[in-house]
Amino acid sequence: MLDAAFFRRWMAATAASVDREAERLTALDSAIGDADHGANMQRGFTAVTAALEKEAPTTPGAVLTLAGRQLISTVGGASGPLYGTLLRRAGKALGDAAEVGEEQFADALRAGVDGVMALGGAAPGDKTMIDALLPAVDALGDGFAAARAAAEAGAVATVPLLARKGRASYLGERSIGHQDPGATSSALLIAGLAEAGDE
Amino acid sequence: MSDGQRVGIVLVSHSAAVADSVAELARGLAGGGAEVPVASAGGTEGGGLGTSAELISAAAAAVDRGAGVAVITDLGSAVLTVKALLAEGDELPDGTRLVDAPFVEGAVAAVVTASAGGDLDAVEAAAAEAYTYRKA
Repeated sequence: MLDAAFFRRWMAATAASVDREAERLTALDSAIGDADHGANMQRGFTAVTAALEKEAPTTPGAVLTLAGRQLISTVGGASGPLYGTLLRRAGKALGDAAEVGEEQFADALRAGVDGVMALGGAAPGDKTMIDALLPAVDALGDGFAAARAAAEAGAVATVPLLARKGRASYLGERSIGHQDPGATSSALLIAGLAEAGDE
Repeated sequence: MSDGQRVGIVLVSHSAAVADSVAELARGLAGGGAEVPVASAGGTEGGGLGTSAELISAAAAAVDRGAGVAVITDLGSAVLTVKALLAEGDELPDGTRLVDAPFVEGAVAAVVTASAGGDLDAVEAAAAEAYTYRKA
């Protein structure tokens, strides 16, 4: 079973990896976006960490809804509402339970990914976060490590794709050959899940 | 419309200068539009380019007179942030609506319609209709 402490570890692990990888995210974003993804994600997850420390939510659902709220208000780019919706939808799906099963969590995360697709209008293959998140959710039944591997493979698989959403889509064929920054940060988020599970 | 109050208009752009200027333009072109509550929510709280959920929430609260609030955005994260805030349910005043309209023309049409006493449906329709004005 997964408790609130697990979800706090997940957010902390993601915040740490976003810190470590911020320059890489921004470098990827400078190739096909507006070169702010690393700094935006860093600002967002710094706010998540601070809010979780201050409010110390006690259920898995409350951890994720609080984290999502922080991302919506602090990121400053499209990834804010998208990641915020992902975590808030997942958090709301978990309800008030003090502990949740892995299957229940997988369903909740899928609800979150559905929310992201509805908000941004992206489908698989559009070179977005979805290309890492959807394979991860599909693999979650085989454990966090499998989800992590699927997300990382999904992010790498965005390289040859043509961007169909967001600012990168204005580049048309020039977006081909670059790994999508959003899919890359999504893989960090899922990797954080595996790290939280290892502890 | 309640008690003859005007619909509020919120203009959300990645740039504070763009949002402020379009607000000024719309008020100016509306003539008697000075009574219409218009607020801009441009850029990030730090003054950079981007979108701030806090500025959007504050702007919507500032223009809400109980007759509804029409939010007009430029692109990308501005659109997504407003949609995410609306999905939250409690972040924006009741009767707040994201209007699908071109930013400049939609803002002018919305403010003019609101200043003439149009309700939220009329404001939304006028702003959306601005998409149909061909320029060439």
